[in-house]
Amino acid sequence: MNTMNNSVEIKNLDLQFGAVKVLQDLNLDIGKGEFLVLLGSSGCGKSTLLNCIAGLLDVTAGQIHINDTNVTWTEPSERGIGMVFQSYALYPQMTVEGNLSFGLKNAKLPKAEIAKRVKHASEILQIEPLLKRKPAALSGGQRQRVAIGRALVRDVDVFLFDEPLSNLDAKLRADLRVEIKRLHQRLENTMIYVTHDQIEAMTLADRIAIMRGGQIMQLGSPDDIYGRPVNKYVAGFIGSPSMNFFDGAIKGGAFTTGDLTIPLTGYDFASGGAVDGPATLGIRPEHVVTGELVDNAPVKVDVGVELIEPTGSDKLIDCQVAGRHFRVRMDGQADVAVGQKLRIGFDPGRASLFDAATEERL
Amino acid sequence: MATERPNQLFRNKSSKIAAIPMIVTALFVFVGGTIWTVVYSFTKSGLLPRLNWVGLDQYERLWATRKWLVAIENLVIYGICMLVLVFVIGFILAALIDQKIRFENTVRTIILYPYALSFVVTGLVWQWILNPEFGVESIVRAWGWESFSFDPLYNADIAIYGVLIAGLWQGSGLVMVLMLAGLRGIDQEVWKAARVDGIPTWKTYIFIVIPMMRPVFITTLVLVVTGIVKLYDLIVAQTGGGPGISTEVPAKYVYDMMFQANNLGQGFAASTMMLVTVALIVIPWAILEFGGSKNRG
Repeated sequence: MNTMNNSVEIKNLDLQFGAVKVLQDLNLDIGKGEFLVLLGSSGCGKSTLLNCIAGLLDVTAGQIHINDTNVTWTEPSERGIGMVFQSYALYPQMTVEGNLSFGLKNAKLPKAEIAKRVKHASEILQIEPLLKRKPAALSGGQRQRVAIGRALVRDVDVFLFDEPLSNLDAKLRADLRVEIKRLHQRLENTMIYVTHDQIEAMTLADRIAIMRGGQIMQLGSPDDIYGRPVNKYVAGFIGSPSMNFFDGAIKGGAFTTGDLTIPLTGYDFASGGAVDGPATLGIRPEHVVTGELVDNAPVKVDVGVELIEPTGSDKLIDCQVAGRHFRVRMDGQADVAVGQKLRIGFDPGRASLFDAATEERL
Repeated sequence: MATERPNQLFRNKSSKIAAIPMIVTALFVFVGGTIWTVVYSFTKSGLLPRLNWVGLDQYERLWATRKWLVAIENLVIYGICMLVLVFVIGFILAALIDQKIRFENTVRTIILYPYALSFVVTGLVWQWILNPEFGVESIVRAWGWESFSFDPLYNADIAIYGVLIAGLWQGSGLVMVLMLAGLRGIDQEVWKAARVDGIPTWKTYIFIVIPMMRPVFITTLVLVVTGIVKLYDLIVAQTGGGPGISTEVPAKYVYDMMFQANNLGQGFAASTMMLVTVALIVIPWAILEFGGSKNRG
C-alpha cells in the first residue's frame, strides 16, 4: 500500500458505546485531493466515522492517520482538518468576520495573516458583502457558506462535511452542491462528505463508501456502485426509483421466475460462470426499454399499464411482470394510458444477480 | 349572515370574563395599594392610618435614622455579593454537571434541595452551623485547633456575610438548574465547531456559550434580584437584625415600623423608598431590553 499518496488512512477502527458496537474493524484509505462521500441511511455510523476522523469522538481501537501522521489521540484543532456542520454551528454573537477569524486569533496568528485569509476565503465564497453582519441576519445558504469559510481560513488539507446541505431547501441544496464541487476543483483538497442523499453522493464523489451497520458495504466510483452493486442492499439503496427485484433460480444458464425465463447470456458473472441455485435478479427501471427499442432487447415481455406517475422529465409506469410488481421508466413525452398493453424489453447484461441466501452479487 | 365585522370587544368572551377577577385584583390590590401607601407616607399616621399631612417629614426622619442607613448599606452589600456569587457558583455547578456525569439526577436534586426549604429553616440551620458554641468553630476546636475562630454572626462588622452564606446555600441550586437548562439548549455542534477551531473550553464558555444564553441569564437575574429586594425572613430567623442593628434590611425596617413601633407613616415612607429604588433600576433596564424589540427580529 502506497502511504505517500494517502491523505487519510483509517486502520482497523472500532468504536463502542458501552456494549453497542457502532463501528467495527473499519479500514479506509483516502487519497490526496480525493472527494469521498460516506453514504448510508440514518444510524449506519457515517457521521460517527466522520466525528472519529475529526477527533470529536474517542475511538475504542484502531488508528487514524492524516497526512502520514498518527492522529488517533490528537486534538481536533491539531489534526489539520476543517469541518462543516449540518446546523452551521456559527457563533451567533459574532459577525461573519468574527466567526471566520475567532479560531485564528485564538491560535495567535499575526493580524495581517488573519486579514489575508479572511479576505481570501470571503472572495472564494462570495461573502464579502456579509462580513459585518451577524449570522441571524443571513439566509440558510449564506450561513452555510460562512461555515465553509470557517473551515477554509484554517488553511488545512482535509475538509470534513457532516450533512452540510440537509437543512437547506431543495433549490439551495442543488446550488450549493455545485459550489462545493467547484470549490473542490479549485482547492484540490481532500474532502470527506457525509450525506444520506444519493444524488449528492453521486454528483459530488470521486468515490462513494456505502455504509451499513458500522461497516462499509461497498467502496467505489459512483459508476461502479450504480452499475455493479456488490449486494442486494446497495442495489436497492442506490437509484431512484429503486431497482426491481425478482426471486427465482438459475438453471442451466438461465434465470427462471414464475413463468418467465431470462437467458443470462451477456451477464458478467463476478465469479466466473453461472452456478445453479436460488437467486435474485435486479433490473433498474431506467434500463427497461419500450417502443422500437424492444426489437433489439434480448428479453421481451408484454405488460398492462396499471399506474402512471409523471415527473415532468419522465413517466414511471407500474405494471406486473411474472406476477411481481415492476416499474418502468419512460420518456416524459411518451404516449401511454392506464390499461394499455405495453411491450417492454431489457438486457440481462445490465441487470444484477444476487445469491438468494447471502445477497452477494453473483 | 353577519356582513359586518363583529365588535372586537365581544370576541373571545369567555376568556375575557375569566380574566376579570385578576384584572380587578391587579388594579385594586397592586396599583390601588401602592397609591394608598404613597399617599399615607405623607401623613403622621401612627397605629392607624390618618390623613393628617406632614409633608416630607417622614422622609427626612427616615434618612436621618441610622437603622435605615445600615439597612440600605446591608442590602447593597448583600445584593452585590449575592448577585455575583450566586451566578458564578450556579454557573460553575451547571457547567460541571453538564459534563455528562454519572448520577446527574441525584446530584442535581441534592443541590436544588435547599431551595425547597423555607428561608426560616435555612436561617435557623445556618444560625446553628455558624454558632461558636456548637457549630463549625467548636468542631474545628475539638479537632485541636484551639485558637480557631469563625463566628460571623457574632461580629457586627461581618454579620451580613454570615447571612450571605445562608442565602447562597439556598439560592445557588435554582440558578444552577436554570443555567443547566440553558446549557442543554446550546447546539452540540457549536461545541464541536469550537473544538475544531481549537478554542479552549473556558473561552468557549465565555465568548460563545454564555452570550448565547442571554435569555436564561435575564430570567435568572429577575428571579435573583426580586429575591434580594424582599430579603426579610432569612434575617428574622438567622439574626433577628443583630447583633445590634448590624444585619437590618429595608424590608425588616418597614415591618418593624409598621407593626412594632406603631409608626405606619414611617413604614410607608420606607416602603415607598424601596419602590422608588426598584423603579429607578427596573424602568431604564426594561426600556433598554424590551423597548427596541420592534426593531429586532
